[in-house]
Amino acid sequence: MFNILFLFVIIPVLTLGALFLTRNVKQVRAVAATGASLLLIAALYLCHEYLGARAVAPEGTLMLLTDSYMWYEPLNIHLAVGVDGISVLMILLSAIIVFTGTFASWKMEPLTKEYFLWFTLLSIGVFGFFISIDLFTMFMFYEVALIPMYLLIGVWGSGNKNYSAMKLTLMLMGGSAFLLISILGIYYHSGETMNLIEIARNGVALEWQNALFVCAFVGFGVLGAMFPFHTWSPDGHASAPTAVSMLHAGVLMKLGGYGCFRIAIFLMPHAAHQLGWIFMILTGISVVYGAFAACVKTDLKYINAYSSVSHCGLVLFAILMMNQTAMSGAVMQMLSHGLMTALFFALIGMIYGRTHTRDVREMGGLMQIMPFLSVGYIIAGLASLGLPGLSGFVAEMTIFLGSFENTTVYNAVLGDGNLFRHAFAIVTTTSIVITAVYILRVVGKLLFGPVQNEHHRQLDDAHWYERFSTVSLMLAIAVLGCFPDLANLVLRDSFGPIVEHIMTFAQ
Amino acid sequence: MDYSQFLFMHHEIGVLIVFLLVFLFDTFLPARYQSKLAVTSCVLFGIYTVLSFFTPLDNAEAFSGMFVTSPIVASIKNILNVGMFIVLLQSIQWNNSDHEVIRRGEFIELMLVTLFGMYLMVSARHFLLFVIGLETASLPLAALVAFEKKQYESHEAAVKYLFTAVFSSAIYMLGLSFVYGFAGSLYFNDIAVACGLAEGSMLLYVALAFVVAGIGFKISLVPFHLWTADVYQGAPTSVTSYLSVVSKGAAAFAAFIVLTQAFGTVYSAVWEWMLYALIILTITIGNLFAIRQTNMKRFLAFSSISQAGYIMLGVIAFNATGIAALSYYVLIYVVSNLTAFGVIQAIENATDKVDMTDYNGLYKTNPKLAFAMMLAMFSLGGIPPFAGFFSKFFIFSSALAEGSVAMYVLVLIALINTIVSLYYYLLVVKAMFINPNDNPIPTFRSHWTERAGLVICVAGVLLIGLVSCIYTFLNQAASVSQLF
Repeated sequence: MFNILFLFVIIPVLTLGALFLTRNVKQVRAVAATGASLLLIAALYLCHEYLGARAVAPEGTLMLLTDSYMWYEPLNIHLAVGVDGISVLMILLSAIIVFTGTFASWKMEPLTKEYFLWFTLLSIGVFGFFISIDLFTMFMFYEVALIPMYLLIGVWGSGNKNYSAMKLTLMLMGGSAFLLISILGIYYHSGETMNLIEIARNGVALEWQNALFVCAFVGFGVLGAMFPFHTWSPDGHASAPTAVSMLHAGVLMKLGGYGCFRIAIFLMPHAAHQLGWIFMILTGISVVYGAFAACVKTDLKYINAYSSVSHCGLVLFAILMMNQTAMSGAVMQMLSHGLMTALFFALIGMIYGRTHTRDVREMGGLMQIMPFLSVGYIIAGLASLGLPGLSGFVAEMTIFLGSFENTTVYNAVLGDGNLFRHAFAIVTTTSIVITAVYILRVVGKLLFGPVQNEHHRQLDDAHWYERFSTVSLMLAIAVLGCFPDLANLVLRDSFGPIVEHIMTFAQ
Repeated sequence: MDYSQFLFMHHEIGVLIVFLLVFLFDTFLPARYQSKLAVTSCVLFGIYTVLSFFTPLDNAEAFSGMFVTSPIVASIKNILNVGMFIVLLQSIQWNNSDHEVIRRGEFIELMLVTLFGMYLMVSARHFLLFVIGLETASLPLAALVAFEKKQYESHEAAVKYLFTAVFSSAIYMLGLSFVYGFAGSLYFNDIAVACGLAEGSMLLYVALAFVVAGIGFKISLVPFHLWTADVYQGAPTSVTSYLSVVSKGAAAFAAFIVLTQAFGTVYSAVWEWMLYALIILTITIGNLFAIRQTNMKRFLAFSSISQAGYIMLGVIAFNATGIAALSYYVLIYVVSNLTAFGVIQAIENATDKVDMTDYNGLYKTNPKLAFAMMLAMFSLGGIPPFAGFFSKFFIFSSALAEGSVAMYVLVLIALINTIVSLYYYLLVVKAMFINPNDNPIPTFRSHWTERAGLVICVAGVLLIGLVSCIYTFLNQAASVSQLF
């Protein structure tokens, strides 16, 4: 039977092919929009399929809808696909962001065709990463997702784009160098297999776990903007065109968190229990440092980029708690942050497209001029600071709830692991307050108050494609905030076997 | 003597036939046919290349073990053929340009002779035959480098090449005389046995150092690389591309064969650490120098030095996967580098420009060439889904198969270097796609042969990685070739 997961590579590849054949901008837009809509439909259908498959699967099954074809026999590399609740949600998130990103970059110029070609290639990488359960193909798709960034930022970006594009590409490739070492190490020390499920079953040789864990966590941590490897993120986001910022902050940074979880912690639980606390300190710093840095920036994109560092730090932080509540909180946070950052970047792009400045000091009273965009900005801001009813609240609540659970994690190295984790949880909780500070400061300055520049009065409000893109995102945020059970429905049976595996193989 | 032994030399016979046909064409056909010489010889070589894929793959030896053929050796020769064919195809336009008319034949004939020498290097299991191959492959290249008779740089390059080639041969021979001194034979098998007994002797270290230096010159490993940049820049672009892919690839295979077959018994005792240091030096220095280059040919010279370091990872792996990964790497390096040289050559033939700043804004005027160049850069930098990613992955994995911590460190250093290399490859991409230019290279249509060469290379870059059968085949060929 045809596996629905392959659709997520086939659709973008076909879109890519169709884009090559297009002759004018109208056709390009039509093809890109069709491709993105098909992906969204496929993602929604996947949720349905997944729930159906989960209902009949025996308890404790790690991956569903699995399929595997031999690719490179000498290294035992397969084209292996499979999903659990976490990857299903990540695929859905990616589909939403690709869909809204396509509409947000409707009027992208110049070289519209090339822009959408690279954008589609980027989405192939993202989807391919989330459906793979083979280390080699995961790594391959991860790198496929990185390189279009260089040209997308370099050609269509703004500001100091050459510097940012090069810095971003090189830092992420640096991360992937560590990742490659760790993947090869895992391969040779777990019975020469690349398949995630088989590696988990065989276990990675204990004497190698620590080194490989550090390489893998740092490798993905760079992408997840973990302190001190986060410096590419603010520059990159600030220079990138709107849709690329959306996709990058919304999805690519999630690749980092997902990878830390799926490869570093899941495959090497022993090392995670030994060394996880070091990374917990680093992620704790990311959370607080990112929030403080966002407070002092005046460029809207920089503010949001640092806020992303803070929120993505929280994802890694929650993953390192290694209990079911915190981990499902981490997935919620990935979803919530993905959606609201995408919304933020979309709105910033739209405001910048009109005012040609992103400096908070040069703008004011936008509520009178563009009410639609301003209300959108407020909603995104409220979600970011965790207002109940919007997605941010659910995610952060779950994470901090999980952080205070009493478990035996890190007891072996630290003596009293609970004390350590609780202390750090308290430190990171302060980020909620700081988030409120920078969000409210920007909202107050930007949207209310006197109009700073009289020329701004002639500006128009959002066009149809912009409204469409932002309303879809707001809707998703509200749905996730009001009905978090929908996400839990998908996630429910996925974490049990994973956490059990992590705890059993800890020694 | 049993003359049927010559029948084992399929490839050698094939290339000799092509050589003779080209020679007869060149010498005896009247002047009005001569304009077709380049195309004809390219077609002849193309036919031979296709036929060479169908030669029997088995282990055989001739002349009491002096000459050996095996599945992997035959595959290696096929890879060299592919590279040679593309080089010939891309050189047609340059070869047909007016001032070359009288010497067209010589160019092709000399190339074929060097290819013959490379075959011998790969197949030899006796140092006498090996040295004959090495010299046949080196000396005619000096004449080829000097082919732009009226250009000062070409002469300078040729003289540099000749002196370093002769000097390194001398060192190499001295090393071999030491080897003969303690082994009493020049057969690889006998030397392997003698090495095992002579382990720890000073003579062995000196001899191996000399031998490695001699081969290191051909592959342009640091510190034997000093000729590379000047020669690559001064030589005609066709010869540069030949030097950088076919000649280098053949030398890398030869290094693998010599080091594993003749000196395999002292791998961990003597040459593993020599090579370890050489690889780190080669990759790092090649990369660091490449960053500052502005001439495209010089730039690719340093890039090819660092690539040589990656290729040598297959040798230090010291296992059957190593030679498979090495051959695969060379194949992909051939298509990627020839894509880059194909673009450089097309632009050079049309406008005489070879500076990186001339490439600014190339995408606006010649989008297809810019696209091909971009693919080549990504492939050389090891970006998926292009072929270079797969070859890098496999050569790293072969180096790690043994599993010592030192190897992990080596691979990590190599990987960190790929980031540096990505930086300068991206500089080219940046020049073509991002940098503005008021006076870009005008839109032009390149000659059909150049386009055909580029199409083959680009198809290779896009597809070789995605179809797994080639690497699987090479791996199988290596495992049945009785190398270890």
